[in-house]
Amino acid sequence: MSSKVIHALYDDDDVLLKAVKEVKAAHHHIEEIYTPFPVHGLDKAMGLEPTRLGITAFMYGLTGLGFAVWFLNFIMIQDWPQNIGGKPSFSFAENMPAFVPVMFEMTVFFAAHLMVITFYMRSKIWPFREAENPDPRTTDDHFLMEVAVDGDADQLASLLKGTGAVEINVKEKH
Amino acid sequence: MGHYEAPIREAIITGDKSYHDITVDVAAPIEGKANKKWWIAFIISLVAFLWGVGAIAYTIGTGIGVWGLNNRINWAWDITNFVWWVGIGHAGTLISAVLLLFRQKWRMGINRSAEAMTIFAVVQAGLFPLIHMGRIWDGFYVLPIPNQLGSLWVNFNSPLLWDVFAISTYLSVSLVFWWTGLLPDFAMIRDRATKPFQKKIYSLVSFGWSGKAKDWQRFEEVSLVLAGLATPLVLSVHTIVSFDFATSVIPGWHSTVYPPYFVAGAVFSGFAMVQTLLLIMRKVSNLEYYITRVHIENMNKVILVTGGIVTVAYLSELFVGWYTGSSYEDFVYLSVGAATGPYWWAFWSLIICNSVIPQLFWIKKIRQNYIWTFIISIFINIGMWFERFDIIVINLSRGHLPSSWTMFSPTFVDIGIFIGTLGFFFVLFLLYARTFPVIAQAEVKSILKSTGDNYKRAREGGDPVEKTIAEVVEQKVEAQTVAPAEEIIADTDDKAAQTSNLLDSLGAFDPNTQQADDLKKVKGIGPVMEKTLNQIGIYTFAQVSKMTKKEYDLLDSITGSFPGRAERDDWAGQANKLKS
Repeated sequence: MSSKVIHALYDDDDVLLKAVKEVKAAHHHIEEIYTPFPVHGLDKAMGLEPTRLGITAFMYGLTGLGFAVWFLNFIMIQDWPQNIGGKPSFSFAENMPAFVPVMFEMTVFFAAHLMVITFYMRSKIWPFREAENPDPRTTDDHFLMEVAVDGDADQLASLLKGTGAVEINVKEKH
Repeated sequence: MGHYEAPIREAIITGDKSYHDITVDVAAPIEGKANKKWWIAFIISLVAFLWGVGAIAYTIGTGIGVWGLNNRINWAWDITNFVWWVGIGHAGTLISAVLLLFRQKWRMGINRSAEAMTIFAVVQAGLFPLIHMGRIWDGFYVLPIPNQLGSLWVNFNSPLLWDVFAISTYLSVSLVFWWTGLLPDFAMIRDRATKPFQKKIYSLVSFGWSGKAKDWQRFEEVSLVLAGLATPLVLSVHTIVSFDFATSVIPGWHSTVYPPYFVAGAVFSGFAMVQTLLLIMRKVSNLEYYITRVHIENMNKVILVTGGIVTVAYLSELFVGWYTGSSYEDFVYLSVGAATGPYWWAFWSLIICNSVIPQLFWIKKIRQNYIWTFIISIFINIGMWFERFDIIVINLSRGHLPSSWTMFSPTFVDIGIFIGTLGFFFVLFLLYARTFPVIAQAEVKSILKSTGDNYKRAREGGDPVEKTIAEVVEQKVEAQTVAPAEEIIADTDDKAAQTSNLLDSLGAFDPNTQQADDLKKVKGIGPVMEKTLNQIGIYTFAQVSKMTKKEYDLLDSITGSFPGRAERDDWAGQANKLKS
């Protein structure tokens, strides 16, 4: 089923923010907004849920720490305990202070990389992926709001014009 | 309009920039051609790099014996250079992570290049331990993997192994942090690219970034969390490097002040290297409006603070060495013995370059002066190299057994490898400066309204430029004409007539004698509009500059895109300026 969308272009972030609020107030569905830089408050204005990536990073960090503890204990205490410079090698607890640097590095390593991989997967960005911004100016100085047409397109267009759009295009959504 | 910033804060984006100006300025070094100076610098660096490759090949082929090491001084230039390069690598993360947590807006003009510098410096640093192994093909022994010697594992009690983990984590996390920040900027270059090859490459490296609202939300969260992770990480890296010395029993190395003192020294040298590079880059790549006096002065203040910390550490080492009354402490690198002994020149180079000369930054005129800053930054780079040389070579040159006291003299291989890493570093940095967006343009755009000089001036003067959003909206609505864009449907015949009409008044373009201009430089003309204009036959600024109300209307009816745009943005006026 093909339906129509309107692409409204703005050239000012504050005008865009105000427009988002007006379009929301008029009960139109904003499909997507493409901006050249992070516009603060846009996610709230659009009603986007807060991201949970920070929470995942914490859990990945715990995973990294847990892995480091297991791995250091196995190598240094279980598998082949050695007497190195008289340092304690028969108990994890006693040898632990020497393991702190590696435990810390592994925590950071896991948290940082797995969080970034999660971000790339969730946002579907990776090498060879085609960009989806409908107008190349949205990475330069334009802000594009994609609004679903529900009913009268002209009426929606005039509403968008009233919010200060500099350009309005009606497009078929595939 | 929610962008208020105290007027006492100086503007950090100058030159009355608009969003589009930032795009054009950041893209310019990539889209333009390299000049002669760039090629000269590149070729010199490449030759130095190749010399280094030769010296490394000789070392690996023959053995570490080709270096100037001896029985007593078994670490020298190799570890000096390693620590020096790692230290330089600290400024990038400090700027992008620590200053992000402190919400310092001035970081945005310089973070991209500082991070690039970090990564390139850590690459150089990593080379030294690798070639110092001697049998580099056995390098995998540093990894905790089961091997043919039974399950003989690496020693996790050793700071040298902690270093393997710290440096590799630091390098990989910095790289990911840097690349994630680059995605929107690569996307900007991609969307402006006109050559197919360029477009392909930048599409590939931008990972298909589209700038969706949700992606930006995640992007900001990821940046913040990465900054939170990178901050303790960067402190841990040089702490662990200092453990290489501090956990040993060599007099002068066995010192508990090393970790904080090494971290301060690393930030000190890193900022000096950032100054050295950016002061050149802002001139060569025309970034004077983005890397301003404010940036330079702020970095000089950081240099002053960290230089102060380092100096206090020197004094405390000197005092403690003297206070112990131990004769073995009278030849460590910070002692009267060192100051008057055979290595007096290395001792005084350190003191003068690191503790005396940077004090000039207390004078406001000097810390705001580009030339002075550049000269002092070079001194600090040299001084910090001597710091590591002193710690390693002076401390090792004398020991408990006076019969083995000796000096170190580098061979041409030692020097060759050091010059080679300098060459490699500059090769990478010069290539970066021509192919990467060297300013984090997306971030800079997000602070333009609060800290651009034009916006600040408008707010202070109560200038009419500063309007409420409602007024701005009203103005934009007024600018639109009644006819909605999609209703203009001109049949082909009509269009052709109009096109010839338009070209009559603007003058035709002759591809044999004239050269096409990059019309995208005009605000409001994107790649699509440029293509449309080219189809009509408009290629040059000269043609655009002749446009008047009549031509604008004609153009609007031909292109059928949103009317009134060209007139409002004053394409003719802009083109007139660009023409000259």
